[in-house]
Amino acid sequence: MRKLLSLTLLALAGSTAFAGGYRVSIQGQKQLAMGHTGVAVVNSAEVAFFNPAGMAYLDKKFNLSVGGNGLFANTKFQNSQYNWEAETKNVGTPFSVYATYRLNDWFTAGLAVYTPYGSSVEWDQDWQGAHLVNNIDLAAIFVQPSISIRVGEHFSVGGGPIFASGSVNFNRNVAINPLLSVDGSGTDVTLDAKGITAFGYTAGFMFNPTDKLRIGMNYRSEIIMEARDGDANFNDVPDFASTSPTLQNTTFNADLPLPAELTVGMSYQVTDKWMLAFDYNRAMWGVYEALTVDFLNADGSIRNTSNNPRNYKNASTYRVGTQYKANDKFTFRAGWYFDESPVQDGYFAPETPRNDSMGYTGGLTYQVNSKLGIDFSFLYLHFDETDNSYNYYQENGNTLPFGGTYKSSVFSPGIGITYGF
Amino acid sequence: MKNNFIYLAILAAGFASCEPEFENEVNAEYTSGDADFTSYVAIGNSLTAGYMDGTVSRVGQTYSFPNLLAQQFALVGGGEFTQPSYAEDVNNLGGLMLGGIPIADRRRVLDATQVNPNGSIGAVEIIAGTSTIEVSNLQATAYNNMGVPGAKSFHLVAPGYGNIAGVALGQSNPYFVRHATSPTATVLGDAMTKNPTFFTNWIGANDVLSYATNGGAQSDGVTAAADHNSTGNMNPATYGGNDITNSGVFASVYSTIINTLISGGAKGVVATVPSVTSIPYFTTVPFAPLSPTALGGATNINALNAQLYGPLDGIFSAYGEPNRVNLLSATSANPILIYDADAIDRSAEITAALTGTLGAPTAAAFGAVFGKARQTTAADLVVLPASSVIGTPNTSSPSTLININGVSYPMANKWVLTANEKLKVANATASYNAAIVSIADANDLAVADMNAILGQLVSGLRIETGQVYTANYFSGSATEGTVLFSLDGVHPNARGYAVIANEVLKVINRYYNANLPLHNPSYFPGINIVGSN
Repeated sequence: MRKLLSLTLLALAGSTAFAGGYRVSIQGQKQLAMGHTGVAVVNSAEVAFFNPAGMAYLDKKFNLSVGGNGLFANTKFQNSQYNWEAETKNVGTPFSVYATYRLNDWFTAGLAVYTPYGSSVEWDQDWQGAHLVNNIDLAAIFVQPSISIRVGEHFSVGGGPIFASGSVNFNRNVAINPLLSVDGSGTDVTLDAKGITAFGYTAGFMFNPTDKLRIGMNYRSEIIMEARDGDANFNDVPDFASTSPTLQNTTFNADLPLPAELTVGMSYQVTDKWMLAFDYNRAMWGVYEALTVDFLNADGSIRNTSNNPRNYKNASTYRVGTQYKANDKFTFRAGWYFDESPVQDGYFAPETPRNDSMGYTGGLTYQVNSKLGIDFSFLYLHFDETDNSYNYYQENGNTLPFGGTYKSSVFSPGIGITYGF
Repeated sequence: MKNNFIYLAILAAGFASCEPEFENEVNAEYTSGDADFTSYVAIGNSLTAGYMDGTVSRVGQTYSFPNLLAQQFALVGGGEFTQPSYAEDVNNLGGLMLGGIPIADRRRVLDATQVNPNGSIGAVEIIAGTSTIEVSNLQATAYNNMGVPGAKSFHLVAPGYGNIAGVALGQSNPYFVRHATSPTATVLGDAMTKNPTFFTNWIGANDVLSYATNGGAQSDGVTAAADHNSTGNMNPATYGGNDITNSGVFASVYSTIINTLISGGAKGVVATVPSVTSIPYFTTVPFAPLSPTALGGATNINALNAQLYGPLDGIFSAYGEPNRVNLLSATSANPILIYDADAIDRSAEITAALTGTLGAPTAAAFGAVFGKARQTTAADLVVLPASSVIGTPNTSSPSTLININGVSYPMANKWVLTANEKLKVANATASYNAAIVSIADANDLAVADMNAILGQLVSGLRIETGQVYTANYFSGSATEGTVLFSLDGVHPNARGYAVIANEVLKVINRYYNANLPLHNPSYFPGINIVGSN
């Protein structure tokens, strides 16, 4: 038997997924254009996300950056052993709003609103992998008030609490076996939970040993999105199974971890016009061991549990970016990164069809006047095609692997403005 | 500035249209190899027709293994594949009507509202309704799928097998009548009008199957059917419906069929005859199904032993057969009492022994009833339908004292395939398969050894996906996913036909250097369950 495989893509609307798992690394036009580096870059209010400690070094008293992207994510799936083909095309719109205000020489406050996690995948209903996922829409918005404190000439610290709000809508068939279907439509379950809230924090420092070199580190904590009493609704249940206890509409509890992420990096101002930046991210995906859904009885006790092993591993991303300030009007940027997938062989499920990818970025800023600039960026994520499978699906005591060849591509143009005085 | 927007727009459009592309499309390596699937014709019996759950239905037919093969052939140049029309089966009930009178059962389903004696949900029932398949609506059309349920080897070359006038007389086959191009057409002749470039031929199972499923009895259920390997009768026109075809006749007919099929240069696959006695129809009911509870407990068992089993055991033992009948056990499951056509007839001895106690007329009646009786052994196979007969009163019994089927009245010949009868079936099957393989080899044709493949089901057949299938009959939802046989206990379900199609595809890939994709049996339905019937 050849390996199976999986998957695909995701997208947005305040939800998108890549950068491994369901992380969406599109948190600012200027920094995205530089390979999404930024932990040691002081360019704009975007630093409120990348490293709040850097807010203290912004030249202007008030800085605002607002931007959004169109995220076009396509994944194709095929399996030549069984002549299967499937595709998911999704569009997302990650956005970000950052503002900083310098209260005095050593204290700067800021606010960041951004969408770092999300996943949107929509396969054809009842496709061959429907028992794993028909569609999923996962969205999270982070609101992060921050402060930055300068400690002397060369060093600053910064951080703040994160308030996360999210929602999830997930649909899959309850079985491969067409016994559970009505007129060819497989019995499926929709899990829907809205208004999930959770808290976390971010903290970091920036160190500028010389005029040209900056070194930064930032840590964003793990946040567990705890869906409680979400709605679990079953559709297309055949008559004979209509009284089956496990197919009754009910509520559910499930936890979805948004992993901690540690970033270290540096930037170097080679000339007055030319800057280089390097970031290293380590995402602690190992926390995502399984997607466990508890279906509840009316009294809140557990009726039955769906356990879906994920077994993600911690994953690294290596980023490099550069910026060239051609003149007062134009600044050009480019970047590249390698993004390691947290998904391990044999756990490649079509809900987050992520293998390793390489990101190519670029962009520019047109400075309308000293206060207002317009930022453009684009991202192209290249995925090699991959043969992989999800081998942990069980039905009636039999393990039934699902896989094939997956090939994804992601393209995301973005636009934003930067305003400051 | 303006130019910048234009460049960005072009860039965006360029990337947005940048679809993921596979290095090799899914069908890049599919090939027909040395085979030509332009006109694929399937010859055979019910297994080729897509028969399941006791009938051919509109939906069931779509899962016939030739239709599943043709779907893959279509990827590499295969032409249109037609099957006899079941459009009139609008409600998917199957069955057959002749002049408005039902002549074959509708399909079997599991009724979720009915509870079995063992507490499991779902009893096997004939689906409610009236069949809308009227045999007299003659289609007079040759199809690519020429599988005719019930056909034996020699039927394929028998003129008149599709003559409607013969249906009522049992001389023709209503399934072939529906589409025979003329009353005198033969199955093989109609098949050849499709000018096959490729064929499958899976014929021969019925040459032993009807004997086996009828427990070695003729259609009256009592008289022993003939094994023409013993009688030497080489004229199939004189065979009874449940007789075993002479293997010389089989080889001769099979040769004719193959030579005809390849006369236009066609290549193909022939399939061996499965060992029919490993199917659920024969393996589901145990030889010793009578628990002490089912027999009514110790009191009843003691009475039966005192009044019936004891005397019978005594008589048989006296004549040298101490284990022909033994006393019933009050602690473990007991075998059933059967009529064995091959048993030594002890009616006179029984009558004589009992005359003193029962009087001559009653003793004679006992002698007649129990003269060829014995208890089943592990070597016997009790057929599936017997499960609803064992333990019920028999209306033809001379006395209500000895009228319980299998307990106080021997089960008729047709309910049990005895060890002797089983051996005849096995020998005939082996002879047929030897002929099939040798004729295929002589003509450079691929062989799908269905006998070997289906034989693996007894211990569990592991397929490509890792899934293990067994030859078990449906026994509840927990095992539904591993069941390959339909509710008639003889024919595969849709999932089973997918497994069969895969085995044939693998043979084609190997023998004809083709590369055709398989079907994934997990995605095919198994048992049909209805919410109410």
